[in-house]
Amino acid sequence: MSDPIIRFDNVVKRFGDHTVLDRLNFTVNRGEKVTIIGPSGSGKSTVLRILMTLEGIEGGVVHVGGEPLWHEADGVTPASEAHLRRKRAEMGMVFQQFNLFPHMTVLRNITEAPVRVLGLPKAEAKARAEELLELVGLTEHMAKFPHQLSGGQQQRVAIARALAMRPSILLFDEPTSALDPELVGEVLGVIRRLAEEHDLTMLLVTHEMRFAREVSDRVVFFDQGRIREEGAPEEIFTDPSEERTREFLKTTLEPSSP
Amino acid sequence: MDVHWTEYLPPLLEGAWVTIRLTVFSTLLGAILAFAAGVGRLSRNAALRAVSVAYIEVFRGTSLLVQLFWLYFALPLAGQAVGLDLRIPPVIAGILALSLNIGAYGAEVVRGAIQSVHTGQHEAALALNFTPRQTLARVTIPQAIPEMMPSFGNLAVQNLKDTALVSLISLGDMTFRAEQIRNFTQDSVTVYSMLLAMYFGMALVLTAMMRGIEHSVGRWRPVRS
Repeated sequence: MSDPIIRFDNVVKRFGDHTVLDRLNFTVNRGEKVTIIGPSGSGKSTVLRILMTLEGIEGGVVHVGGEPLWHEADGVTPASEAHLRRKRAEMGMVFQQFNLFPHMTVLRNITEAPVRVLGLPKAEAKARAEELLELVGLTEHMAKFPHQLSGGQQQRVAIARALAMRPSILLFDEPTSALDPELVGEVLGVIRRLAEEHDLTMLLVTHEMRFAREVSDRVVFFDQGRIREEGAPEEIFTDPSEERTREFLKTTLEPSSP
Repeated sequence: MDVHWTEYLPPLLEGAWVTIRLTVFSTLLGAILAFAAGVGRLSRNAALRAVSVAYIEVFRGTSLLVQLFWLYFALPLAGQAVGLDLRIPPVIAGILALSLNIGAYGAEVVRGAIQSVHTGQHEAALALNFTPRQTLARVTIPQAIPEMMPSFGNLAVQNLKDTALVSLISLGDMTFRAEQIRNFTQDSVTVYSMLLAMYFGMALVLTAMMRGIEHSVGRWRPVRS
């Protein structure tokens, strides 16, 4: 089962003098659910932001769906806006801060892009939105504005909004980090259902270790812009081979246990 | 001279109607200019940026009175020199000068409000594959408008007060009428007091209207305590 839908080849990303990704090699197969864990500043979120074209790269090639993302098909010429738009359409992203459009109702948050970007008829976009709201359990909140919802509800709307564009890859950038502890569960519940019931490729950056262990096919441990260790969740969480992984897991797992 | 103050009212009200129309038209045109220049300043196109900056700086950096005189007195002569008929009626000169001036100040308000929209909004719009133009029209500007409204309210009142200057190019606004009455009656105290009261009344109405607009464009916002 080697059908990479995402592939990073020697990707370098710098912010000024700081090297965030240091010749990163990384693949995600079609339909795979992969979780990236690691200390903050290790470049986890940057991987997602590069995929969503929110950040450019300084070296290497990123492939999405078998084609270079930041380059034209030849892998050398920088990508045109048209190329980036086409590649972006294959992906959806869920942000840490939800980033819902505050001036639009829940329903319009979900229908706006399908109508404006995909050119879907309004009725069809609405029907799709209603289906998705049912999936995330928010049908009765359709007419509300984001500020009238809890953080957990807002994040569930954001998931529905991303799904409305029918991406084949869904990126989650610390989707529960901005939530009050009692609201984390409802969002993880929705993500878990997606992981179990859909053949979407999912790439998650998270600090929820237990959740990562339960939903992922593979866990990747990032440290200082490189992959330190990767493998099946059981392996990584119970018997990591790297000392650095063990240290990280110790500091993240212990303080939270009562 | 024994003229009762109520006799001043008909000419003053006639002038008031001119003042109201001047204020409304120049505020509307000024708002359009403000959006054009405010958005233009943030454009990726360098030429558009340069034109916007030049416009904003020239009109903020020179006196409204001089702008008005220039449009009304100097422009026709400058036109004549190059063989063009650039004479414009006082009403047009007045509206143009006022709106160009208010537009330049408004442009900075528009720019500031657009820049105050959270970057997360741009990222969400990009992730949903909106074009830059769609992002501006559907995401950024709708969120920036309520942010601009308090400053626009101030600018509109400023504009109302500035309309008094058009009396100097013989436009029959409220101030012009007051001046006429005063020349005729020498009753400065009464006439100017009435004039002050009328401007103040108009400003109150205008402020209330701008508040109303502010409220209606910001319905989606959480109530702030």
